[in-house]
Amino acid sequence: MNVPDHLLFATSHEWIDPTDPTNAPVGISDRAQEELTDIVYLELPEVGRVLEKGEAFAVVESVKAANDIYAPVSGEVVEVNEALAESPESVNQDPYGMGWMVKIRVSNPDELSDLLNADAYREQIS
Amino acid sequence: MPVQYEGIAMEHRQVRDRVGIFDISHMGEFEVEGAEAVRWLDARLSNRAASLSIGQGQYTLLLNDAGGVIDDLLLYRLGENHYFMVVNAARVERDHECLLEAKPEAQGVVFRDRSSEYGAVAVQGPESIALWEKIGEEVPLPQRNCLLQHGNALICRTGYTGEDGYEIFAPNEEIGSWWDRLTAAGAAPCGLGARDTLRLEKCYPLNGNDLDEVHTALEAGLAPFVKLDKGDGFVGSSALLAQRDAGIPTRLTALRVIDKAPPLRHGYPILSTSGGPTLSELTSGTLSPSLNVGIGLAYLPLAYSKPGSELLISIRGREFRAEVVKKPFL
Repeated sequence: MNVPDHLLFATSHEWIDPTDPTNAPVGISDRAQEELTDIVYLELPEVGRVLEKGEAFAVVESVKAANDIYAPVSGEVVEVNEALAESPESVNQDPYGMGWMVKIRVSNPDELSDLLNADAYREQIS
Repeated sequence: MPVQYEGIAMEHRQVRDRVGIFDISHMGEFEVEGAEAVRWLDARLSNRAASLSIGQGQYTLLLNDAGGVIDDLLLYRLGENHYFMVVNAARVERDHECLLEAKPEAQGVVFRDRSSEYGAVAVQGPESIALWEKIGEEVPLPQRNCLLQHGNALICRTGYTGEDGYEIFAPNEEIGSWWDRLTAAGAAPCGLGARDTLRLEKCYPLNGNDLDEVHTALEAGLAPFVKLDKGDGFVGSSALLAQRDAGIPTRLTALRVIDKAPPLRHGYPILSTSGGPTLSELTSGTLSPSLNVGIGLAYLPLAYSKPGSELLISIRGREFRAEVVKKPFL
């Protein structure tokens, strides 16, 4: 199971790359995409939407079911991965790369410390 | 049966292109025996049991007095006065109760629920016939909709995916070895998710979703399996005759989305393009893995159920255009 060391994770299986908190990519983990399988449709928020930590901000649909995706931290959506509308399978194939969903400007960097680092997340899913 | 093994889309393709296997041990099995068995069955079920030759099977319905569908099932004739029924898992108790109300014993019929004794697998897909030979079986498979008694197993050339294949009913202690032999020879294990997408592409109704005790067999589009001209009638036949003459109020209709939209799902509201209240709800829905488009079924008033009619489907508060299409989708 791929869990990159430089990312932080929510217990609900979203990841965030905190390298630049003003422009931080967010997506779902390899484990989450594997559980969902066959992602066929994504409903993503508009640029400019302000997210509260824990708020459902996107819907990922597989053939099996629709699943809410939750904001790992609070912040404003500054970019949306429009390519996923045409190729939702990128989330399955490359969940930490092409499969990123939004980039957010983190409004409260302290919230990052509530997230799991890669080791802690590996432990959660083991 | 799990929802999926390797993923719904992959399992779906295995069945359409090659061969898949489903564990359908949850289904119910009843046995009916006695000199009056055929008369008793014909008074209770909608299709014509008397037309079955030994070794043949038919799709038939158990209806309520109002013509609503209690269950859809397969009836096979095993011998001169011996029949076998395969019913939906969730309906075993209700079916059993309804059939006992038809007083089998008083009419010299022995009716037994054998569900706890049988396991079953469904082998489906274009390569399912070659697979039978590959596992070393020498007796030929029965013809479509027919059955073969093979040792302790019943091999039925039926299924619910729209592909060729067979269903094997065997005593619990033997079903595991059928599964092992068939998967070892190449059948891909498939789950409930693929079973649903496969049957929905062919517009085969799912009991509890598309079939219920409120909508009649005629509204469900199952007229070919309802023999209203059977001599003495059957439970539900008077109501269905009256409805046939008066005209059905709704019809189970196939809908396909026009623009890019999320997968359709059971319960989504359907609206007219000209506004007004909700017309109906989807009884089934999915993203068709073969067509890569949202498909669904719903009971719609006749005025909205003609192929080419446009409707709106509401998904999480947004409306998406859909078109009525001829059944089946595939």
